[in-house]
Amino acid sequence: MSKKPAQPAAPADDAHQAATAVAATATTMDVVAANPLRDPRDKRLPRVAGPCVLVLFGVTGDLAKKKLLPAIYDLGNRGLLPPGFSLVGFARRDWAHEDFAQVTYEAVKEHARTPFREEVWKQLSEGIHFNPGEFSDDGAFDCLAMMLKEIDETRGTGGNYAFYLSIPPKFFSQVVEQLKRTGLANAPDGSWRRVVIEKPFGHDLKSAKELNATVNVVFPESSVFRIDHYLGKETVQNILALRFANELYEPIWNRGYVDHVQITMAEDIGIGSRAGYYDGIGAARDVVQNHLLQLLALVAMEDPTSFDADSLRREKEKVLKAVRLPHDLSTGTVRGQYTAGWQGGESVVGYLEEEGIPQDSKTDTYAAIKLEVANRRWAGVPFYLRAGKRLGRRVTEVAVIFQRAPHLPFSKDDTEILGQNALVIRVQPDEGITVRFGSKVPGTAMEVRDVSMDFAYGEAFMESSPEAYERLLLDVLIGDPPLFPHQREVELGWKILDPIEDHWATHGRPDGYEAGTWGPPSADEMLARDGRVWRRL
Amino acid sequence: MSTFNLTDTTASKISATLTKLRHSMGAPAIGMVLTLVVVCDEGNQYDAVKAATEAAREHPSRILIVINRDPREPSRADAEIRVGEATPGEVVLLRLYGELTKHADSVISPLLLTDIPVVVWWPGGAPAKPAEDAIGKLGSRRITDALAATDADKALRSRSAGYTPGDTDLAWTRLTPWRSLLAAAFDQPMGKVAGGVVEAASGNASAPLLAAWLSYRLKADVKVEDSAGPGLTSVRLTLASGGDLTVERGDARLATLSRPGQPTRRVALARRPTAELLAEELRRLDPDDVYHETVRHMAEQSR
Repeated sequence: MSKKPAQPAAPADDAHQAATAVAATATTMDVVAANPLRDPRDKRLPRVAGPCVLVLFGVTGDLAKKKLLPAIYDLGNRGLLPPGFSLVGFARRDWAHEDFAQVTYEAVKEHARTPFREEVWKQLSEGIHFNPGEFSDDGAFDCLAMMLKEIDETRGTGGNYAFYLSIPPKFFSQVVEQLKRTGLANAPDGSWRRVVIEKPFGHDLKSAKELNATVNVVFPESSVFRIDHYLGKETVQNILALRFANELYEPIWNRGYVDHVQITMAEDIGIGSRAGYYDGIGAARDVVQNHLLQLLALVAMEDPTSFDADSLRREKEKVLKAVRLPHDLSTGTVRGQYTAGWQGGESVVGYLEEEGIPQDSKTDTYAAIKLEVANRRWAGVPFYLRAGKRLGRRVTEVAVIFQRAPHLPFSKDDTEILGQNALVIRVQPDEGITVRFGSKVPGTAMEVRDVSMDFAYGEAFMESSPEAYERLLLDVLIGDPPLFPHQREVELGWKILDPIEDHWATHGRPDGYEAGTWGPPSADEMLARDGRVWRRL
Repeated sequence: MSTFNLTDTTASKISATLTKLRHSMGAPAIGMVLTLVVVCDEGNQYDAVKAATEAAREHPSRILIVINRDPREPSRADAEIRVGEATPGEVVLLRLYGELTKHADSVISPLLLTDIPVVVWWPGGAPAKPAEDAIGKLGSRRITDALAATDADKALRSRSAGYTPGDTDLAWTRLTPWRSLLAAAFDQPMGKVAGGVVEAASGNASAPLLAAWLSYRLKADVKVEDSAGPGLTSVRLTLASGGDLTVERGDARLATLSRPGQPTRRVALARRPTAELLAEELRRLDPDDVYHETVRHMAEQSR
């Protein structure tokens, strides 16, 4: 520990001060109360992370280059990183600190969202370190431990480390073991150690539990931050604001008015270079288990007593526990696999022709599932979830479709083309909210047609919204967990998905759908059986 | 971008032209979030419009620029309307002549967007009591800039007397990065502060505010001293437990933070362009109580 109180004037006082000096490391509620310069009314002052080191495993990966390193720079640019903040890269590369700094520099130049400023880069680059080595190499981790100790002394980071495992889960156990062996996982009094992991959190309930056990042996649950980057998105957080800060929506947000809910995550790309990971996993495990179920939880949950992690997670868990699968899984679920076709003006190959995919692969690149939420608010309202690759275009949205008006005092011809009212939360791209309702077509006849009213984030609050990873990284460094799913939520997700995957494994093959279309015909039939249609996106 | 000039016009004609232009561009009601009224003169008009339109990128707004011209001429209002790609909202430059210069509010108020906040900004000279000014009355937030005053210290102290919730000053906004850095340093308990010094170029408007804020929050005596600049150059707080907490910035870009028992660290602390300051102001439209307490403390101290 590098911090020593300066020339103690009153020893007893100072001993106390030194103890709390290291404990208080970020702008948490207690710190605000104790800090004479902070005031809850002073909203100009941002929450700032305390002195700390971020150790990044897997710096050569795509995620690090495109998202994490730029997000760190952006945080610095917004003045949210503490002075002395240090970044340590760990990878199997023969690099010096400068090489890693160069890699970071290029990633920042190319992908950062805020303008490049020399002084911000200077501040950041002074704290950039690199530790070469393999995960199996004890020496490399001993080096890392020494390097971190040295950084504490030269940069005053106070023994606060966050370990970001941007690596395949199969290496988790090795890395956390090494962190345990070198004592890096154990925080001395008054400092913290956190570990950040990315999806996939297992591929079924059993593996998720095993993975969690691996990490939990070394890090307690409160130190584990699971990143579901959807929860870092402004629009997703806005679901809570929309529902619980307004009086307009909540009274109709129930089975009395809602006909059904559609949650869609469509991608226009294929599997690209992810064949190795994707095959055998599929769309349902890849995105439905985490992102789509999180969206469902936020849309369907009751109001939390407060927005702290505990209350929020409790409500999400309650709703996930209330999720019921369709009785007949063969009519209530659909899986598809894209075949060759035209996507956005380009001729693309089918899934089975992608490089590295076995000819007999039964992996689903499209999944549609009908779920019910068995509680008083939602009984009888189906939630249709769909996710797929090589669909018409890239769009993620939650659409709450309302019931038709109970009585229409117009002639049938007047309202022939009137659809159902809908409230759509557009998650990406073009974040915003759309409300669809009927309106009179100008003219002498009474003709009612659907129109939409739009709120675009890009218009009302331009450029100020931070990237999902920025927000989540800051929350990790501050130690603020509400936006990170708890292991219980992960397990509940698998409890919903496992029976479906089991069913699929024993029943035939995925239905083919041409690339660039909106999934297999069986998905349309699934909704048609309920007298409904998918939204045309 | 297209510009339209209306000579010897009225508010209703301007309003009609705006509506017509928006319809012809196919954007009947884009999501503007506020009306920004800028009261300035021909001299600082260019910079003010530039800053306001840049800030409007983050907060799409209708920007009304009020420029008072020769009061001896016959009463007349000329309007220059700018709409187009450069700004997400609309810009109207109003040039007022004759007796109308005293009744600018009569032109402004029909042009305010309905039921959304109005912000008034004086980039140059400002009334002593902004909230009692005819145009200031229209705004829920009033932004002045002590930097433009010949005696910034005096200007800020007089703001205290005329303070109404919703008042704020860009000299205060300029301090946010400094305050943020100091507050972050104090996230780790420092114990009592015995006293301090804020150093800045002579006549710097923000330095006395920073000193007042520190002295008010830390309950210690904080003095302002002159330095060679540019702008604010350093803050030195003497801790009761011994040693100094210092932030030094010589080049208006990169600062060093040092405190007892810890390594010295460099922090980016760049001066920000007016557009960014304005954008920060527009982000929060609720009264800034901390600013109020600071100017009040400043006024009390100097009494």
